Amino acid sequence: MIKQRKLMQGNEACVFGALYAGLNFFAGYPITPSTEIAETLARKLPAIGGNFIQMEDEIASIAACIGASLAGAKAMTATSGPGFSLMQENIGYAIMTEIPCVVVNVQRLGPSTGGPTAPAQGDVMQARWGTHGDHEMVVLTPAGVEEVFTLTVKAFNIAETLRTPVILLMDEVIAHLREGASPPEAGELLVVARKEPKESPAEYLPFKPQDDLVPVPASFGTGYRYHVTGLYHDEAGFPTGNPEKIDRLVRRLKHKIILHQEKFLFYEEYLTNDADIILISYGASARSAKAAVNDARAVGISVGLLRLITLWPFPSTAVSRICANASVVITAEMNLGQIYAEVCRVLDSAQRTLSVTHVDGTLIAPQKILAAIKEAAK
Amino acid sequence: MKRSTGIGKYMRLDRFPTIWCAGCGNGQVVGALLRAIDTLELPQDKVVLVSGIGCSARASGYLDFNTFHTTHGRPVAFATGVKLANPDLHVLVLSGDGDTTAIGGNHFIHAARRNIGIKLFIFNNGIYGMTGGQCSPLTAHACNATTAPNGNMDTPFDICELGKAAGATYVARGATYSPVRLEAMMTDALRHDGFAVIDCVTQCPTYFGRMNKMSSAAEMLQWQKERTITLERTASLPAHAVKDKIITGVFRSERKPEYTALYHNFRQQFGKDKDHV
Amino acid sequence: MFKKEIRFSGSGGQGIILAAVILADAAVQAGFYAVQTQSYGPEARGGASKAEVIFSDQPVDYPKVSTPDIFLALSAEAYAKYCHDLKHNGIIVLEETLLTPHCAADTLKFPVFATARKTGKEITANMVLLGILSSLLIDFLPKALLEQAINERVPSGTTEINLLAFNYGYALS
Repeated sequence: MIKQRKLMQGNEACVFGALYAGLNFFAGYPITPSTEIAETLARKLPAIGGNFIQMEDEIASIAACIGASLAGAKAMTATSGPGFSLMQENIGYAIMTEIPCVVVNVQRLGPSTGGPTAPAQGDVMQARWGTHGDHEMVVLTPAGVEEVFTLTVKAFNIAETLRTPVILLMDEVIAHLREGASPPEAGELLVVARKEPKESPAEYLPFKPQDDLVPVPASFGTGYRYHVTGLYHDEAGFPTGNPEKIDRLVRRLKHKIILHQEKFLFYEEYLTNDADIILISYGASARSAKAAVNDARAVGISVGLLRLITLWPFPSTAVSRICANASVVITAEMNLGQIYAEVCRVLDSAQRTLSVTHVDGTLIAPQKILAAIKEAAK
Repeated sequence: MKRSTGIGKYMRLDRFPTIWCAGCGNGQVVGALLRAIDTLELPQDKVVLVSGIGCSARASGYLDFNTFHTTHGRPVAFATGVKLANPDLHVLVLSGDGDTTAIGGNHFIHAARRNIGIKLFIFNNGIYGMTGGQCSPLTAHACNATTAPNGNMDTPFDICELGKAAGATYVARGATYSPVRLEAMMTDALRHDGFAVIDCVTQCPTYFGRMNKMSSAAEMLQWQKERTITLERTASLPAHAVKDKIITGVFRSERKPEYTALYHNFRQQFGKDKDHV
Repeated sequence: MFKKEIRFSGSGGQGIILAAVILADAAVQAGFYAVQTQSYGPEARGGASKAEVIFSDQPVDYPKVSTPDIFLALSAEAYAKYCHDLKHNGIIVLEETLLTPHCAADTLKFPVFATARKTGKEITANMVLLGILSSLLIDFLPKALLEQAINERVPSGTTEINLLAFNYGYALS
């Protein structure tokens, strides 16, 4: 009765998605609840001629990924909150040097060691602002096993297209969830390959933006010798103190992502067309939210769900458009209102907003969200 | 063997002058390295110079190779990724004593443990120059620094002992007062198939010198010369004569399977994934 | 709508997660929408853990079990911690030697460990439990699909003993 499915775990789906996208380098450090990704790749990568290395910590893991990517590899690392905190400086380095890579953060309850196996979505703002300085960040969050696969592929494609690190923000529930999935066949999804420069080395400027604002830094060892630095740099890659060049660089790093964002602002609507109440949720919380919508509809409440898939850049236009005719907008998330604040920022101030928060280390239950819907419907 | 003729071809002369002070030893270390590269005729396109943060780390920007100026303390970790992804590249790390032995100490010992074919050249001036003269894990005991105004309480690391204990297969120490020996060690290290580390003792007259009653580079080199002794000479000297000396020479040079080669074999052996998933 | 909620519980190392994974795998092969989740502490061995499976003819949104149709326990601690919110007419399956006060009268008790020992390995208790469950679910889930999932999911070289335990369990109820 259903298309051929097989039982797959979220973390496994991430591995298969990454391999589908051409992953050939993984460096990581064990941490619950992301470890299955490293364990599976330790078996899979050697089999396809790729590299797997367990590094001494998460700082080294992301560093090795960036180094490998600069040498031409498609690289990924996977971690959870504490390790994600350690990676932040080098994530900023990858942004500044425009070296593509994918960072998987399987969220667990924080702050600090928190709860290794406890579901949470507390890293939403950290994923956006964890590294210092002005920057734009691409953050995708899946709500099901099959979607983990497809979003992982998309994460690689965005990283390659925009030459920037992309964060796949999972949560413990989705990472450890096993469910039936029918992953795409080879050739079914687009896979973006690394772009190589066309100019001769003599006239080559590694950080000169093309029309799409994205430069084409060559892979090391291919005959284009150039300098890569985390310092402000000119189009040749060398440090500069020229205020005009500095300003242009910092703005371009942001604008190259904004320019292309319409291509990857993903979201899903469920019964939103006629809804008087819009529920906004994402990741595992969105599954509970969907169950709550169904329960509320069953008792005659006009409610729909907007499930965010891209968290950053925040899909402001879509949120304000979909919520335009709603009288109440409720966000439901496993943190203390990180996306709620963003929703309030983009909505008409006349609209009533409610925030359902959840930080007890369990998956938020549909009943809790249903109670908020009933409250809003009064 | 071919002797180096000109090393100007390895320099990005349009990036000169360097940010380094007059009398700084970084140029001498870089000069020795470029002569070693020239002697071995390593192809520029296949050489990657990875550096971290600090005065010495700026060297990468002045040299015409694939140059990778990374974050503080992490160049060895970045280099590990480069080398593993493309083992055909000659991956050299240029790093300071603060970069490698303080913030990056962990990466150093783990790269040594793996015996990955990275060549690590530590510009050891015993001070943080870029930030203005703070003490480092290699600042000698009792020496002055801005963060050790009454003399350094700490005991410094011995990079060579640390490297040996961690498993590095080529370990040496040279000094800028003896650049020819330093160059010979660098040539050895570049030829070595495995992880090599050279402690390159150098001088920072601007900060270390000034704070320790040596105002010129010449005085510092003299001080260096008086404090160092070659490994060969130590054999004929009584223990008290060697105490507190900086010993130069090659402490280890041995053959052991290199990491990327091991990984290649590993792939051949276990390349078939038998697991269902 | 058809929907079954199953909660396995026990202590770390008893293999209850594997049992749940095998059940979910068989349910997917049977054409159901199935989800499997677990909850466990830091202990690799000991402690109380649970593993849950929901299978339905409709997509499953909330993946955790709310009201189990069948609750199974291999340890008293896990029983005390996780035996709640059972459906009306829900079934409890327990290892018979567990000291469980206030146990509902209609609880099904089986010699799970003793049966497992008949295979020579008490560690196969999870498969005995799965066999018992198979007989309880026989109207919805073909036994052969569970056997096939066991074949695919247990460590290589242990298939035979695990299938033996499964069939012993199946014969118990």
